[in-house]
Amino acid sequence: MILKKALLAISVSAFAVLPALAQDAVKIGMITTLTGPAGYLGQDVRDGFKLAMEDGKLGGVPVDLLVEDDGLKPGQGKQIAERFLNEDKIKLFTGIVFSNVAGATVPDIVDSGAFYVSPNAGPSNLAGKECNENYFVVSWQNDSLHESAGQLATNLGYKKAFILAPNYQAGKDALAGFKRYFKGEIAGEIYTRLDQTDFAAELAQVRAAKPDVVFQFHPGGLGITFLRQYEQAGLMKEIPMVVAEPSMDGVTLAAVGDAALGLNLTSHWNSDFDNAANKKFMDAWNKAYNRPVTYYAAQAYDTALAYASALKATDGNIDDADAFRAALRKADFESVRGKFSFGPNQHPVQDWYALKVEKGPEGKPIIKTVGEVFKDHGDAYAAECKM
Amino acid sequence: MTLFLEQLLNGVQFGVMLFLLAAGLTLIFGIMGVINLAHGSIYMIGAYAGTWVAAETGSFWLGIPAGLAAAAFAGVVIEFLVVRRLYGRDHLDQVLATFGLILIFNQAITMLFGRQPLFVSMPALLDGSVELLPGLFYPVYRLAIIVVGLLVALGLYLLINKTRVGMLVRAGSTNREMVRALGVDVRLLYTLVFGLGALLAGLAGFMAGPILAVQVGMGEQILITTFVVVVIGGVGSIRGAFFASLILGIVDTSLRAYLPGLLRQIMVGPEADALGAGISSMGIYLLMAIVLLIRPKGLFIRNS
Repeated sequence: MILKKALLAISVSAFAVLPALAQDAVKIGMITTLTGPAGYLGQDVRDGFKLAMEDGKLGGVPVDLLVEDDGLKPGQGKQIAERFLNEDKIKLFTGIVFSNVAGATVPDIVDSGAFYVSPNAGPSNLAGKECNENYFVVSWQNDSLHESAGQLATNLGYKKAFILAPNYQAGKDALAGFKRYFKGEIAGEIYTRLDQTDFAAELAQVRAAKPDVVFQFHPGGLGITFLRQYEQAGLMKEIPMVVAEPSMDGVTLAAVGDAALGLNLTSHWNSDFDNAANKKFMDAWNKAYNRPVTYYAAQAYDTALAYASALKATDGNIDDADAFRAALRKADFESVRGKFSFGPNQHPVQDWYALKVEKGPEGKPIIKTVGEVFKDHGDAYAAECKM
Repeated sequence: MTLFLEQLLNGVQFGVMLFLLAAGLTLIFGIMGVINLAHGSIYMIGAYAGTWVAAETGSFWLGIPAGLAAAAFAGVVIEFLVVRRLYGRDHLDQVLATFGLILIFNQAITMLFGRQPLFVSMPALLDGSVELLPGLFYPVYRLAIIVVGLLVALGLYLLINKTRVGMLVRAGSTNREMVRALGVDVRLLYTLVFGLGALLAGLAGFMAGPILAVQVGMGEQILITTFVVVVIGGVGSIRGAFFASLILGIVDTSLRAYLPGLLRQIMVGPEADALGAGISSMGIYLLMAIVLLIRPKGLFIRNS
């Protein structure tokens, strides 16, 4: 099996170097995190985006997707962006998973007149005063993920929360967002490291503070490690957890398994959403990939649809930036999450849902949508944005 | 008080994990004079091989020999194919070559296992927590890591101080040229040391599996800290690596645990938390800088 995979991988990478590009294809530069513990996030962004490309076309226009790995290093992301801008003359960008990479890279891209549509990171500093007319976010503004978790914790009647997040932009946004809507008391607040692997010291503090709920934001491999260690320390039975989706995606659930049963989370999308676009997406995903789906893939799929809508409206003419921008702003596509529109700062206005980890029909735990948290929720920074 | 003891145990546990890696690294660096950046890759190989076998067979215990064997085998192969050509070269060449190995191993593992992390469940025997003192619960598995780490340290002590091989290793780390001049088969000794270091790294990797995620790049995360241990303990000194690991483990853990709290008493909440997190992640490097200022050769090397 392994050998087969190896051969497959070798043959795929051999094809990747062949220049199979049509002359008039619109180039889209994707900078994303493909290596390291968070490598699966970028992989899902890339693969979700590709699912929306029919025969190499978006909105009927041939596109050429160039993918580069930022390795979760802001400097590396910046370098790739410069190369894409200056050597490949790329005008359309997407892909960045992490806010610290986005913070270093996105301003360069939009300042040079190119477009950036974010499939994931939505840092607060780019949502308010520093918003840009060429910068769109299809996923969410970071805070709003965690605002919904704060609201859910309040709705569930929790009074005393212990909160943890990594010490970088998205982590700060997470704690700010949670606190904005959590009405109870904060028993403790810890910033972890973005490259941390062992949380024993933090977990000991959580236990000592005796909160009645824990909120934590740890995306990708970080979150898997955190949850497993939380369970090993015997805390899962003692102190319930309310999180936003980055701390409990499809891959995290597969890794943590039954230990996650009963966990409350919030999300703007879930694999069980009952709408035509989502069914199409889920069918395509299950057909193409033999692995759990994550919301990263769903967001990237939506991002590709957003680009497709604008390419279709402008007939693939990206030289007229004003027309292209106007077309993008309409958000004229069927999102997998149902209702979707851009707010005044070109960040989403969307509904947020309460989800719960429950036993599925086959005995494996699944993430189930159980209710609504926010309706037509924008973000806290839109008012500061002057375009 | 129980919280303090728990944090102390956490520090010791982190320390012994570092020791398993640092022991190999310091020997390789001290005796062969080779900077081996790929040591983290061997740790990863041990973790992947052990975890994969444990997951496929359903037995955690079968994973142990698999992880150890794979890591030792990888170590010997690396020594034979690559590192052997680097003994005479300068450190820059060594860093370049072993950095290349990191990239190759990471890509190979990605191709074989994919980007999603692997997991192994804990054996029932080591699952759960145990009440050490009233109110002090500690995971059995972490205690097991501490015990294994200390046993390995004892074993290494006996090996280095009481056997003939150990004598050659000690001699090699103090004066390489002299050992060579006395007609010892240095090549064999080198391969042996490299294999031993790899074995220990593999053990650390496999033991880390159930707590941390087994993922591509896991070796690089811990490698830097391991180098700090080697520098603080003194290059080539197993004893130094042991004490430096424990010191580092405890310092790192207690900074993370207590610094934000201390700062919060003199500053406002959020700034204290952010600053505390910042300083505590710098802590071990500050410690290294201080040690280098006072004892440039490391804590446990006699200045001659």
